[in-house]
Amino acid sequence: MNIRHHIDEATLAAFAAGQLAQPFAVVVASHLAMCPVCQRAYREQIAIGGAVLDQLPGKPVSQGLKTGVMDMLDDTPAEPVPLPTLPAPYPLPLSQYFGAEGPKWSAIGMKARQSILQNDANGSLRLLYIPQGRAVPDHGHSGPEFTLVLKGNYTAAGQTYAAGDVEIADEDVEHTPVAGPDEPCICLAATNAPLRFGAFLPRILQPLLKI
Amino acid sequence: MPGDDAARQTDLLLAVRDRRDRASFSQLFDYYAPRLKALLLRSSMSDAQADDILQDVMLTIWRKAHLYDPAKASASAWIYRVARNRMIDIIRKEQRAIPSELYETDTEPGTQPDDLGQTQESALLREALGRLPEAQRVMIERVYLGELTHREVTEATGLPIGTIKSRIRLGLEKLRHELKHLRTP
Repeated sequence: MNIRHHIDEATLAAFAAGQLAQPFAVVVASHLAMCPVCQRAYREQIAIGGAVLDQLPGKPVSQGLKTGVMDMLDDTPAEPVPLPTLPAPYPLPLSQYFGAEGPKWSAIGMKARQSILQNDANGSLRLLYIPQGRAVPDHGHSGPEFTLVLKGNYTAAGQTYAAGDVEIADEDVEHTPVAGPDEPCICLAATNAPLRFGAFLPRILQPLLKI
Repeated sequence: MPGDDAARQTDLLLAVRDRRDRASFSQLFDYYAPRLKALLLRSSMSDAQADDILQDVMLTIWRKAHLYDPAKASASAWIYRVARNRMIDIIRKEQRAIPSELYETDTEPGTQPDDLGQTQESALLREALGRLPEAQRVMIERVYLGELTHREVTEATGLPIGTIKSRIRLGLEKLRHELKHLRTP
């Protein structure tokens, strides 16, 4: 996999510090699962976190807490959960949403499909399946959007994003990504606002019908 | 030689991993628990909640020590990661059906095929942090203690991560040079 679009340093730092809302954290974790370059960069982030921990002035911890922990060392921990397996092209962090059967798709018109994995106060996370050559619907999000390509590719604003590439778009980015001509594009997209279905559907259909 | 302190923590964690050594764990507890407590309290939680999570994190360190690989992380880096993951799991109660460590695939082999492992690097890192101007050091702390949102991290201008990294690289080169020198009689 030849990944050209990576997670930027500030985003990786926020992920390391546990400051990304779950939908965004899942996109970052999924990219990490596919990208050795970012795995190394993430290791550096964790190393800095460790150094910060090292020089942090400690707060008193009661002897009772220590005694309690030492007494629990012999407790049998829960059996390790066996590693789930997901069908290609879905990376392991998505196994909290579906299993070996793969995602459940729903049609959104013109042969495009989506699978909503999460849609709550933390934001939304969904899979999009875009037939080759089609435009990805403009979905008018108000905050940042992270998109990870899992299969195929798309082009937006002159940049092509292929499998493993991640696009970190600020709010206000007007883009109409178009799937490549050779195969359908499957991508994972996170936004911080819940999807608005009322306004969403007409907007989604409009650009599709123009093609 | 820098790294004695970091090397000690790593040795203790390896003794826990390989021999389930309680005395070593007890020393790790004494070193990390107060620091982790400070880390937890920075996330604006009550003392009692911090103690609950601290207990959970320390037990997780004992139970997951078999996953520790010193070629990939210093003891402090690994423990920082364990603590962050437990905090996310417990506080946010995110519905993760899988263990947190799966969240962070690390299939790459460890770095540094020579004598300069993550532990030495971690010592250099501490040195580099210590040499930063106060304002920059505080900013780094706020990022990694989880006091800034993603947007704030992104907008933090002049975040000295790059500076730190280049200092570490210089330090590593210097160390390698010295080691080479020592090995050549």
